[in-house]
Amino acid sequence: MQTVGCVDARLPIHSDMDLVWVRQHVRQTAAQLGFGLVEQTKLVTAASELARNTLVHGGGGEVEATVLRNGHAPGLRLAFIDEGPGIADLERALSDGYTSGDGLGMGLGGARRLVHEFAVDSSPGNGTTVTVTSWTVRPPRHREEH
Amino acid sequence: MPEHETAGQHGSPAREVGDFLRRRREQVAQRWADTPLFRTVFTVSRDEAVEAGKAVIEALAAVASAGRVEDTEADGFTVVREQLTRTAAARSRAGAGSAQVSNEVDALRPPVVDLLVADLSQSSAEHVRECATAATVLMGTLRLVVMESALNEGRALIDRQRMELLETATPVIKLWDGIVAVPLIGTLDSARSQVVMETLLESVVDQHARFAILDITGVPTVDSLVAQHLMKTVAAARLMGAECIVSGIRPAIAQTIVHLGLDLGTVVTRASLADALAYALDQQGSGIVDPVSRGAVAR
Ligand SMILES: Nc1ncnc2c1ncn2[C@@H]1O[C@H](COP(=O)(O)OP(=O)(O)OP(=O)(O)O)[C@@H](O)[C@H]1O
Ligand SMILES: [Mg+2]
Repeated sequence: MQTVGCVDARLPIHSDMDLVWVRQHVRQTAAQLGFGLVEQTKLVTAASELARNTLVHGGGGEVEATVLRNGHAPGLRLAFIDEGPGIADLERALSDGYTSGDGLGMGLGGARRLVHEFAVDSSPGNGTTVTVTSWTVRPPRHREEH
Repeated sequence: MPEHETAGQHGSPAREVGDFLRRRREQVAQRWADTPLFRTVFTVSRDEAVEAGKAVIEALAAVASAGRVEDTEADGFTVVREQLTRTAAARSRAGAGSAQVSNEVDALRPPVVDLLVADLSQSSAEHVRECATAATVLMGTLRLVVMESALNEGRALIDRQRMELLETATPVIKLWDGIVAVPLIGTLDSARSQVVMETLLESVVDQHARFAILDITGVPTVDSLVAQHLMKTVAAARLMGAECIVSGIRPAIAQTIVHLGLDLGTVVTRASLADALAYALDQQGSGIVDPVSRGAVAR
């Protein structure tokens, strides 16, 4: 249904300060598109988790933000891209409480619950791309039930 | 054709501009030293201004000789980029806006072009025009390089200030005997939360506090890292004999925390700072005594 839009912004993720910029950008863009406060907060929080994973586990990378206007309502797609070690066992990575570091292990699975669409493209040695999309109005047809 | 010969003799206009700059380095630097940009930055000694000007002219000559008059990334600029950044920063610290700085850099152009044209009085009009154009383009590129440095510097400055703000703005307020509160504002990253934890624990000791309220009304995003920091702070305070109450969790944030799957179950939370204070007073058994008479006694 949705065709690929062109990327509207590309932000680096190489430091804690970059995470601040990413959150601000997502918050601003979501607000402009007409996201309600709750959906805005959810998307920003998901972005915060995923951007931090890009930084901490992926060794840095970038986020591509794309505004989608050809769905039933405006949407925002965010792709977090790194060229780090990749995720060997995705199911385990997504499970609540699993962490390879000293986090809570809630980031990846939590982010999935905070957005409307969620996809991970990763394999060991080939980096990781996590793509999430949320719409200002929840899609009528539930694509996925968490 | 004589025109052809001239061009052949001198090589490309860019190279000729490079040669000219090297030849006339002293004179151009002397004139630049009197322009607002150099006069306002190098207030102590004119010699210093002339030296700084010479360095820039040498860089420009290198860029021109390499035939890259339009290239802001040309190698020649590398050696003076730092100096140009400092110059631009000094101007903006002195209150000059970016348009003004841009104009001041542009004012370096006429002395170069005037001298160049005077030097070429024997050449054909066509050749003079080409060289003047090359020089003008080169000076425009210099202007871009300066503005770019200034922008980068501006962003670095904002980053630094933000850092400072994050690390300093953690006042601990004594609300009541035995009750302290920290209103958290902004990003609660690792560095900042370390500061918060230390300040809070210190004041728990100093104030003999039994209750510590962490108010997160001013924290825009609560993700798993922020939650982890909050829980660590709560645990540490507990070890010091104080109970922590987290207040100011806005409705949107509460919903997000639930979806994220974070379990704040072990943490006492209240909607507002006032609710948290009421809870602490109640637990402490102080009750809300009449604050007026209490104040009167204290006085
Ligand atoms: N971009 C990535 N590249 C490589 N591994 C990743 C990436 N993102 C996640 N992972 C792996 O998945 C695990 C789970 O991620 P998740 O975000 O859920 O937890 P965490 O980052 O360890 O802790 P936190 O709860 O603080 O986010 C990580 O510990 C890591 O091993
Ligand atoms: Mg994570």
